[in-house]
Amino acid sequence: MTPDKHIEVRDLRLAFGTKEVIHGVTFDIHRNEIFGVIGPAQSAKTSLLRCLNRTIEQSTDATVSGTIKVDGQDVRKVKDLYNLRRKIGMVAPLPVGLPISIYNNVAFAPRCAGMTKKSELDPIVEQCLRQSALWDEVKDRLDSLGTKLSGGQQQRLTIARALSHQPEVLCLDEFSIAIDPVTTMRIEEVLKELRKEMTIILVTNLTQQARRLADRTMFLWNGEIIELADNDVIFGDQPKDQRTRDYVLGIFG
Amino acid sequence: MPVGAVNCDSFAPEDLTMPVPAPRKSPGFSFAVRQATRPLWAVLGERLLTVLIYLCGISAIIFVLSIFIFVFKEAAPVLFSGRFNLGQFLFSTEWYPTSEVNVRYGVLAMIAGTFAVTGVAMLIAVPFGLGAAIYLSEFCGPKVKETLKIVIELLAAIPSVVWGFIGLTVMSKLIVQFTGAAVGVNVLNAGIIIALMSVPIIVSIGEDALKAVPDSYREAAIALGVTKWQLTWRVLLPAAKNGLLAAVLLGVGRGVGETMAVLMATGHAVHVPHSVLDSVRTLTANIAAELGEAPADSDHYRVLFLTGVLLFVITFFVNLAADLAIRGIKKQ
Repeated sequence: MTPDKHIEVRDLRLAFGTKEVIHGVTFDIHRNEIFGVIGPAQSAKTSLLRCLNRTIEQSTDATVSGTIKVDGQDVRKVKDLYNLRRKIGMVAPLPVGLPISIYNNVAFAPRCAGMTKKSELDPIVEQCLRQSALWDEVKDRLDSLGTKLSGGQQQRLTIARALSHQPEVLCLDEFSIAIDPVTTMRIEEVLKELRKEMTIILVTNLTQQARRLADRTMFLWNGEIIELADNDVIFGDQPKDQRTRDYVLGIFG
Repeated sequence: MPVGAVNCDSFAPEDLTMPVPAPRKSPGFSFAVRQATRPLWAVLGERLLTVLIYLCGISAIIFVLSIFIFVFKEAAPVLFSGRFNLGQFLFSTEWYPTSEVNVRYGVLAMIAGTFAVTGVAMLIAVPFGLGAAIYLSEFCGPKVKETLKIVIELLAAIPSVVWGFIGLTVMSKLIVQFTGAAVGVNVLNAGIIIALMSVPIIVSIGEDALKAVPDSYREAAIALGVTKWQLTWRVLLPAAKNGLLAAVLLGVGRGVGETMAVLMATGHAVHVPHSVLDSVRTLTANIAAELGEAPADSDHYRVLFLTGVLLFVITFFVNLAADLAIRGIKKQ
């Protein structure tokens, strides 16, 4: 059985001004898999995610070429940009609690999409906060400011917010950078549950995290794919490229 | 020990005479590492700077207090002279300072005039100013932004007497033409002029407030699939509300305190306005126009200073209200 391609990237190039940072990458992401992306700093991991939901266009000097298809639809020709972004949940490395209440943080995206009834929003807020393992800590103070939470809690709030518009793809950009190992493990458990419902792209600096969670992992270096394979190959004894092996073992990078 | 004084206990003079350790070569470095000791002039210089900065900090309080004391001292004799009634001053609309038979000093009409002009000005300036700030900070391209900022700064640099002149000649004719008012110099005229004067302040401070909102908020919200309007309305405005409120209040301050332009554009008639097309006189314009005429140390002269005290009190309460509002917002 050929795997169901959820995201297809073909010869994607990205340049900021005259400096090219992604040099023509081609890969597929399958539906409902956890797709790990590892690589050292400056390897364009984050930029890759930003190309996916077209927030890259916020940087005025960015030029993109090549195609990205989500569900067979070219994201660069998409008419309803907002709908595309709602299909792709994004979690940034540093937690961003918006300066509104916890409840409103999670209800923000559904509200902006036109859902206004409290009876509709309440279950979404509760479900998303439960999924991000935050509900028990904040259920009694949903009205306090999201920015007042601790860093780890804010990061889980960010995840809850990303889930609030029921995305088909969830992009996690080094989500565990600001949270403690116990919470990280709890969220990792959550991710294993979530993959039944959505495709997850996990960008991480922790190679062990990719090893634990991902089905396949892509090793990105300086804007090029060094290797993309099943996890047991990448993290096994015989990856195709020596550099993969060195990076995973921590010999360089 | 007074606030800001230097703590001398932690500094003993022996520190300075400590023998300097011989330079030692540390492993791995090709240069000698010397134990650092701070020379006397650096320690004393630092203490001097602390004192200087402390003085700068409290100088604002000293200036405000001394201005208030001076103005109050000039006004005080009439307050306690027995010829003066504070109730009449505050609640009478009759201002006849030079009457031969019955001198009356009532400034209620001028208080009403001041608030009417400020109110009209804010009604025009706040939407325009905040709108322009949002446009500059969120919606326009970098080239348009640069041009607009330069033009807006130019607007802020126009002297108030020039604004008054525009009110007196251009605006008053337009108002007569379009509204059919008997006189063109009135509340509406002064309101528009003050609005034009305070818009640049509101725009530049409001834009700073919006610029101070971290970009991560924008990125996060955009990634959630919201439109620019939703981003602005639901994230940026709540995040920047303190700064935006400060922008508006500085605009109000300008409206209350402006003198020259309103002197020329209001019509300078002592009269509680019933519509925006009535002429009024403001507290500030009254002082400017009459102080030169009033004999020094006369009651009239002192009452004008008392008007100054009243202006002080009004601005104090505006600022206090602003402070409380900001605190209220913070508590939420």
